[in-house]
Amino acid sequence: MSGATAISPAIESFLSRAHQGEARILLELQGLPQRRLEAWRYTPLRDLDKTGFAAPDAVSVDEARALLARLAPEALEGHRIVFVNGVAIAALTSLPDTVEVTDLSVPLLADRPLSVLNNAIQQQGIALRVAADVDAGQIALVSLVTNGDQVSTHLAHQITLDTGAKLTLLDIQSGEGAYLANPSLTVSVAEKAHLTHLRVQQDSLEATNLALVNARIAEHGTYDSFTLTLGAKLSRHEVLAHLGGKHAIVHVNAAQLLAGSQHADLTSVITHAAPDCNSRQTVKNVLMDAGHGVFQGKIYVDRIAQKTDGYQMNQALLLSEKAQIDSKPELEIYADDVKCSHGATVGALDDEQLFYLRARGIPHAEARAILVRAFLLDALALVTDEAAYALLDRRVDAWWQKREA
Amino acid sequence: MNDFLKISGLCAQIDDNGTPKEILRGLDLEVPKGQIHAIMGPNGSGKSTLSYVLAGREDYEVTGGSAEFLGEDLLALEPEERAALGVFLAFQAPIELPGVNNANFLRTAVNAVRRARKEDELDAVGFLKAVRAETKHLHMSDEMLKRNVNVGFSGGEKKRNEVLQMRMLRPKFAILDETDSGLDIDALRIVAEGVNSLRGPDFSALIITHHQRLLDYIKPDRVHVMAKGKIIHSGGGEVALALEAQGYQQYLEAVA
Repeated sequence: MSGATAISPAIESFLSRAHQGEARILLELQGLPQRRLEAWRYTPLRDLDKTGFAAPDAVSVDEARALLARLAPEALEGHRIVFVNGVAIAALTSLPDTVEVTDLSVPLLADRPLSVLNNAIQQQGIALRVAADVDAGQIALVSLVTNGDQVSTHLAHQITLDTGAKLTLLDIQSGEGAYLANPSLTVSVAEKAHLTHLRVQQDSLEATNLALVNARIAEHGTYDSFTLTLGAKLSRHEVLAHLGGKHAIVHVNAAQLLAGSQHADLTSVITHAAPDCNSRQTVKNVLMDAGHGVFQGKIYVDRIAQKTDGYQMNQALLLSEKAQIDSKPELEIYADDVKCSHGATVGALDDEQLFYLRARGIPHAEARAILVRAFLLDALALVTDEAAYALLDRRVDAWWQKREA
Repeated sequence: MNDFLKISGLCAQIDDNGTPKEILRGLDLEVPKGQIHAIMGPNGSGKSTLSYVLAGREDYEVTGGSAEFLGEDLLALEPEERAALGVFLAFQAPIELPGVNNANFLRTAVNAVRRARKEDELDAVGFLKAVRAETKHLHMSDEMLKRNVNVGFSGGEKKRNEVLQMRMLRPKFAILDETDSGLDIDALRIVAEGVNSLRGPDFSALIITHHQRLLDYIKPDRVHVMAKGKIIHSGGGEVALALEAQGYQQYLEAVA
């Protein structure tokens, strides 16, 4: 990185809002990641650099409630924390007494540009802790933006599960306008604890979402995540998972459905730092129009991590000639007794299957929809919670119907 | 006059790596209402192509002739419109649909066809009742409905599944492409039972086969011999027996 580079309007606006400290210095020095960084090759942020981003205006509780009903109706019932325009809406928040709210203390990852940006202008966020052997059930974490033109939010959240604790986090991100959302989530899963993280990114089609998840999983702990990406014109979901104790498990599964000129990048770095751990990734891309999917998945296996079991699969269904997928699996293995496999497939709908359905009287659009759903099934089926599965299913259905209409 | 199925001078070609390859070369065929006809012919005579062209597969280009079904220009219709009108193609090798539940597939198909025919759609209970009656009739286990369409099915199970679809969709005209499966007696018997069970004044069928054996189980009203993209001879059931005894050469020589 050259410090001599002129500071972009975006960086200038971020610096004017940043706290003093290391993150601010790094942000000023490095700017937004450029294409010449290998990790950012497929996802250029050029356009983002061109204009400044202000802090969003606060909204009233009534506005926030209406927005919640419109953009995240699934969270109207049950426990939830709601953020609108980067601010927690206390009146809409209801937490179970099985969780404890603690002080935020988000580590800065100096080599991760999204952590640097998030850390430099970090506004608010929530830190939740679930005590040992407590099952806290499901909590919805809803992050919404309204009147969002040229504003940015940089929420930072933390989830800590003590030994044997359990939680399902339903993480819904959505909004209205041409905003930038740059959330971070720091996860700590202790021994035998289990976090299920279901993330639905359905941001405005003018918005940008640059999200970072940093998870550390201890012995016999599980971080089971599924991301459904439907929104944003440009998005990146970066997952860093560190398996630090024997028999730890991580799942980074996802489905990305992109149309128009949407671009979505799923980047993961899974570090096996202990023996007998298991990592699983099934990522499906459905790409219409000029939709562009990116998958970069790295599995790093430390010398100590014998008997590692790693699996990674990225599949793309191209529904148009202009659709595009970039897929880059990477294995870096220093242990000698491991089982790691990865694969990628790209294809169009099968003409014979389409004809078979149509020959049975099923109209063309409906036949296509059936085959697209079938393609997504092995990823969606990894969500075992019935209510969560139904939620994803409805969102996928609604998305598809809107695109086909 | 026959106003059920009337094919006149039908010509069709397929794109063979950039060169058009003519497969149907002026085929004439009529199947009246309530009759079952068979087409027999050597490999490469165009039998399967005829079935695909009639069902509406897109990779065949019709270059001449016509096919009218119930007074409509069949070739102008989309495959799903043909199905709604009552055309059913039983596939020689039924397609596997991983990730598509067999019962959901069948219900979607039945309701799509009912919608197009201006009939009320079946709700879940109504469908289940109807499909249970059929599976019982076909000695099929309900377990087959829970699996993905044709995935991991044996040859016989696939044929049974085709027959189940045929009975549920209530076609007026079924095309059964059995070109290469002539050696599997069980599969043949399943198909034959399916066709025979629908036999009646409002059901016609065209059975495309390579071997005479299928016709031991289904007695056709007429048998047509096809070669080089045309019907070269037509007659009663005795044609099939003559073919079995003497082969195709007698007919091929006659047109040569």
